[in-house]
This record gives sequence, structure tokens and C-alpha cells, in this order.
Amino acid sequence: MDVLTTLAAALGNSQIRLVDLTRTLSPDDPTIIMPPEFGQSWPVRIERISRYDATGPSWYWNNISFGEHTGTHLDAPAHWFTGRDLPLNTVDTMPLEPMLAPVCVIDCVDVSQKNADFLLTRAHVLEWEEIHGRIPAGNWVFMRTGWGDKTGAAYANLDAEGAHTPGPDAEAIRFLIDERDILGFGTETIGTDWGQGGHLTPPYPAHNYLHGAGKYGLQCLTGLEALPATGAMIIAAPLKILAGSGSPLRVLALVHTTA
Amino acid sequence: MTKGLERPQRKNPLVRSNVPLLPPGARSIATLGLLQGAADGRFMLQTCAGCGHVIYPVRDICPECLGQKLGFADTPRGGVLVSETTISITADPYFRRRPPVRQGLVSADCGATMIALLHRDCPAEGRVTLSVKTDAAGQPVIFAHPETGGGPYMEDDPVWRELTAQPKFRRILITDGRSPVAIPLIRQLLAAGADAVFVGVSDRWKPHAELEQAVSELDCVSLHDLDLRDERSVGDLASELGGKTDILINTAHHFRPGHMFDAGQILRAKDAFDISAVGLLRLAQSFGGAMLGRSGDGERSAAAWVNVLSIWSHAGLPASAVYAAAQAAELSLAQSLRGEMSQGGVRVCNVFSGPMEEPWFEDMPPPKVAPAAVAKAVLKALTEGLEDIYIGDIAAEFRDRMLRNPKETERLMWRG
Repeated sequence: MDVLTTLAAALGNSQIRLVDLTRTLSPDDPTIIMPPEFGQSWPVRIERISRYDATGPSWYWNNISFGEHTGTHLDAPAHWFTGRDLPLNTVDTMPLEPMLAPVCVIDCVDVSQKNADFLLTRAHVLEWEEIHGRIPAGNWVFMRTGWGDKTGAAYANLDAEGAHTPGPDAEAIRFLIDERDILGFGTETIGTDWGQGGHLTPPYPAHNYLHGAGKYGLQCLTGLEALPATGAMIIAAPLKILAGSGSPLRVLALVHTTA
Repeated sequence: MTKGLERPQRKNPLVRSNVPLLPPGARSIATLGLLQGAADGRFMLQTCAGCGHVIYPVRDICPECLGQKLGFADTPRGGVLVSETTISITADPYFRRRPPVRQGLVSADCGATMIALLHRDCPAEGRVTLSVKTDAAGQPVIFAHPETGGGPYMEDDPVWRELTAQPKFRRILITDGRSPVAIPLIRQLLAAGADAVFVGVSDRWKPHAELEQAVSELDCVSLHDLDLRDERSVGDLASELGGKTDILINTAHHFRPGHMFDAGQILRAKDAFDISAVGLLRLAQSFGGAMLGRSGDGERSAAAWVNVLSIWSHAGLPASAVYAAAQAAELSLAQSLRGEMSQGGVRVCNVFSGPMEEPWFEDMPPPKVAPAAVAKAVLKALTEGLEDIYIGDIAAEFRDRMLRNPKETERLMWRG
């Protein structure tokens, strides 16, 4: 059998299952917020056109609106100034291959539950590699924190200093890019950066370095507990938005049931 | 002496709710001139520019000098009750539902003699203070209070309660708990006897500790998810509270400075209109019908809708062009809403403020309006049945200038 036939058979007999890693695109879900004097992303809005009523007797449909970076979404390199001059740096021009790629999952759940300001460092990544092996080039790296189980205020976790959510430090991101050549970095939190990432050097290092190197970001993921540390495949195909800097998307994982 | 209003009993679910009824509404076009004073609480009667004669009822020609230059001007409020009668039964459906209504002939100090609705505490043949009010049909009527004295429950007079929207025993929704007006307004509504205050809060995942702290110290106040930018959010709250919202106070406000040529103004326009104008429309679609249907529902009837607006709803403001435009759109919708709600006697009041004491107006020079003063104006609008209130020196001056010379007002706005 060829590979695809084998895959179809594995899906059919549940040797491989599909896992949804996507939060429901909902007006209630927190979105990234900037200081109010800056432009703001639209949150998700769903407005009814008709629902079997006078405005459309037999059909139900809605108008929806949202920013490119709402809900579970992908950041393309053009999202950050460091990636602005790269070729194929938007969601409509990006190559197809990154949309189906393997993933390494670094479990940071316990430390993140104890410390919302947990910073993933290069040392943490190396510790993970001692157990699971070297991160292969072209892999996604997902930082699993359990944050995807949270909703509302606990999810945003804002106070007078801003957001307090776990994320990577600058050195970890540089290491993953320069020495492991990852495809991109994924998180369960609102952004790929640490909640207080604006105070790091450079500010927002995940955005800065990832997109400057042509890498991708995935955020607002959920359900990462279903993924093994290695061996799962991620399907992440953003909407083909003209010159889009990112896009909400349905993120699915292919997981061996024996994993 | 007026007796204190007793707490209304809970609604009997087996009894049909009273449908809204309105008093007779036919008036001449000239009589509508009385509405200007009624709207903002002034006692303005028709006055002849030629001979100074005060004319009542309103006419097209001065009965003294036959002059045709007639306007409306502030007039002394005092008068003497000359005679009175109590209407116990009438063929009119609206008045049949009311308790006996006291009416009298008042000889006003300005020289006119007029029929007025009388407060129950007005002494026979005694001095009274007159005001022009709008009745449930939105038409001008004269009301007389006793000039001095009166009992402790003046505001509970049934006719006065009908001509106003007293918060006492009513359930009130404040749409934006994050507005700086919200906390002082909650406190003042409770002090005025409100039974319950529902407070809408958008994006509750964003901190709102000050509001939560204030609410935790108060009885009868509850927080509810409400985002005027979200059709579903407004609809959900209307499903929960639409049947028991007696007074709705729309405090939603979205000020962002910026000139038309500044970057990002298109998106800011969307945000500003979405909250101010379309937000009001969403509220009207979800709450308007429910309130209209309950406007005849006894002492806990739906009574009023208040919009907190900016004076810049009246004129373009180059330094905050989008904000002024969104406010103008909201004002237009609020005026249409008044027409719609008048079909059931629910009052719509617009409270106009200049720049408030809040961070977004920090760079504007004083005088500014304290949020507590805006709250106080809202209470005044409700307890006196007013349609338009201009709060503070800047707003009052703005109104006077605008009435006097709109072009001058337009040019002054260029200075910011």
C-alpha cells in the first residue's frame, strides 16, 4: 500500500486519530489587547443575517468579523516588523508544506500552574531533549502549559502590570531557531510570547526572532494533553487572506492511538 | 397630604398586564413650542415681543396687541390656585385607570390664567409653583406644586410620578459599568429608592476590581455580561432582564481623540459607531419592545430610557472628529427612539456632558464635569421628567450659544 492508503486505513481503524487543538471562535474569548491609544484588533463578532425568519425564511446564516489574530490563530512572518521584507511572508503566499508538519511538545504544565510567569529557557529545552531526543529541524515546538483549559479572566490573567502568562525567553527562542531550525512555536496562551514579554530584550522576543527568521507562530491552542512529546503531525492551514499577517484556523493533530 | 408609596407587590402571573394607554395627544403645532422649556426644566411660556404679554394657551396672534412676533421666554413660576375640581370618572381610557385627578385654575404671576394638574399637597386657594411637563403622550401640560410646605412624600404623588420616572421601587439597568459615571450613579439610584440596579460589564475577563469592590458593598446591585458591540450579548441580557427593566440608563461611551487625517481613524470610527450608535440600536432592538410593552404595568412599569451623551453630538469637533460624528449618530437614534417609545409613554432623556474628569480628557483645560455630577443629572432627569439636560458650565454655555448662533458654535469647535 502507498503511504496515503496506509494513512487512510490507520484513520479508518483508529490507529491514528484526529485531535482538535482549536478554541471555539467566540465573542467571549479574550483577545490580545494593546494600550488603548493604539489600534485594536476586532474581537469575534457574529451577527445574524437570518434564521428561518422574515429576513430569510428558509435559511440560517451569520456575518462574522474578527481581527486576523483572534481565537486559535497562526502568525505569519509579516506580522512582525522583523519579517516584513521576507519573501512569501503572508498567509496567502506562504508555502503549503508548513501546514502539515510534525510537532514536539514540551510539557510545562506543573510549573505553569504554580507560576503564571513561568519562563521557558534554553536549559528547559535541553532538559527536554535529554529525555525525548534532539528536536528535528522543520518541527513545530509547542509549549504545553494547561492554559488552554482556562477561560475568561483566568485565561487573560491581567492585572495592573498587564498579562501574567507563561512563555519563552529570548535565549530559548534563539536556540530553537538558530540551533534547531524549528518550523514555528506554538502556545496555549493569547500570544507566542511571555505575558510580560514587553519587558524582555528585545521586547516580545518570540515574535521578534521567529518572524525575523521566517518562522511561524501558533497560539490560543488547546487540548495539547492529547499529544505525545514527539510523533504527532499538525495540520494548520490558515485562511488565504490577501496579504494577511495571520489568520484564525482550525488546528488538528494526527496522533497514534498507541502514543 | 400625599401618602408614601407602598412597595408594589410581586406581579401576579395569572393576571393580564395592563396595556399601555396614553392621554389625549392632540395639540396645535404652536403649542409644541412649550416643549422647549419642558425638555430642560425651564418654565417658558409664549410671550409677545411687541407688548410683553404672556399668552396662555398658546396662540398664533397676541390677544392684547394682535402682534405676530411671538416667542417663548422664561417666566415667573409662581401663581395662586383660584379654583379646583377632582375628576373621579371619565370616559377617557387613560384617565379611567388613574386614581382621582385633581385639576385647578391657577392665576399665574405672569398674568396668564391656566388649567393645571395639581399636586395632592397643593393648598386650596394657596400659592403654587408652576412647571411645564410632558405627559405620557409627550405633550406639554402644566403642573402645580405647593409653593411651600408639602409632605415628606411629595415625589409619590401619583400624577407627578406619571409625569416623571421616579427611581423609587424601580429596577434599573446601567449598560456600561466601566463608565466613570457608573459607581456614583449606582449609589444615587439606590439612595433614591431603586429596588435593584443591574450593571452591564463588557469583556469581564479584563479587570474591573473597583466596580466589583463597590458592588460588593451594596445590596440590590448585580453585575451582568453586556457588550453593546455584540448582538448576542445584548440579546442574551434582554432575554434575562428585558421583562423587568423599568429604567435603562445607557452610559456606554467611547472617546478617542484624533483628527480626520490621522492614521487609524477608519477603524476608530468603526469602534466609536459600534458602541455609541449601533450599540444604542442593539439595545433598542432587544430592550425597546419589551419596555414598551410594560409601560402600563403599575408602579413597577417601564418608565424611562436615559442616554449619556456628549455636547459634541451637536457639532463637529475636528480634534476628535470620529467621536463627535458617532455621538451625533447616537443622538439622532436617541431622538428617533423617543418617538418610538412615546407610543407607550416611556420617556427618553438625553443627558449632555462636556469633557469629564477622566483620563481620556486629561489634556483638556478645566472646567470639566465630575462623573458624580453626570450621575446627579441623570437622577434629576428621572425625578423631574426632563428630556434634555446640559451638565456643567461648558455644556450650558454650549447649549445657549448653539441656540443663539449655530455657526458661531461650529467655528469655535475648530479651536478644540
